[in-house]
Amino acid sequence: MSTIKIRSKRLADYTLVRTLIAHPMETGKRKDDDTGELIPAHFIQTVSFKHNDQLMSQCQMGPGIAKNPFFSYHIKSAQAGDIIRISWQDNLGYSDTAEHIIR
Amino acid sequence: MPTTRRDFIGKMLTLAGYTMALAFSKTGLASWAAADFSRQTFASTLKQLFPGQALKETNKIHLKLPRIAENGSVVPITITSSIENVDTVYIFSEKNPVPLIAKFSLNPELDAFIGARFKMQETCDVIVVIRADNQYYQTRQKVKVTLGGCGG
Repeated sequence: MSTIKIRSKRLADYTLVRTLIAHPMETGKRKDDDTGELIPAHFIQTVSFKHNDQLMSQCQMGPGIAKNPFFSYHIKSAQAGDIIRISWQDNLGYSDTAEHIIR
Repeated sequence: MPTTRRDFIGKMLTLAGYTMALAFSKTGLASWAAADFSRQTFASTLKQLFPGQALKETNKIHLKLPRIAENGSVVPITITSSIENVDTVYIFSEKNPVPLIAKFSLNPELDAFIGARFKMQETCDVIVVIRADNQYYQTRQKVKVTLGGCGG
């Protein structure tokens, strides 16, 4: 299952795009409750947001973004059938991409 | 032209060099600026990101933030701005170990709007810097954190 959920809503003035990514976003400073050992850092570093293959936003982030990152954007003009593509890469080399069609 | 072994190895090395340069330049586009996200004070992050730039205080950036965040590990923020031609948005939490939370580039096809959730170590100011037409604007809001969210 994809780690990315995308929802969109066409409104009068803009289209609202919301995305939720399932990711632990470990800072590397947190300790395991049972063993007391540090949990290694594991966080998303870049997220890109494309609308019909046009790059809308590129986000660089550190461990300061909350666990299971949520982002929302407003596209000025979008049509039904347009494709939204969100992808992320993390510091351990994992990545994922998901597509969503605006209704 | 006869190909000697020396020639051949030389050519292969050049080719390898080009391939690597290409690969690096490709990742370079979306590469992650590790230095910007290093553990340092807010002041030195600012100095590093905006050397010699004046950050103008403005009331044209509107932040929707909780006044009191009961749980610092999930603080929602919504940024809207009436500034024209916004191309980059930076979010900072002044007292986090890594003060730079995130940096968003915005295409002109997007409204000057970002919603996100971030972590806060302790009560401090949240600063948002916006770049538009090569000018930098900033605004800040204090968030009281009851339970820190950066672990450790």
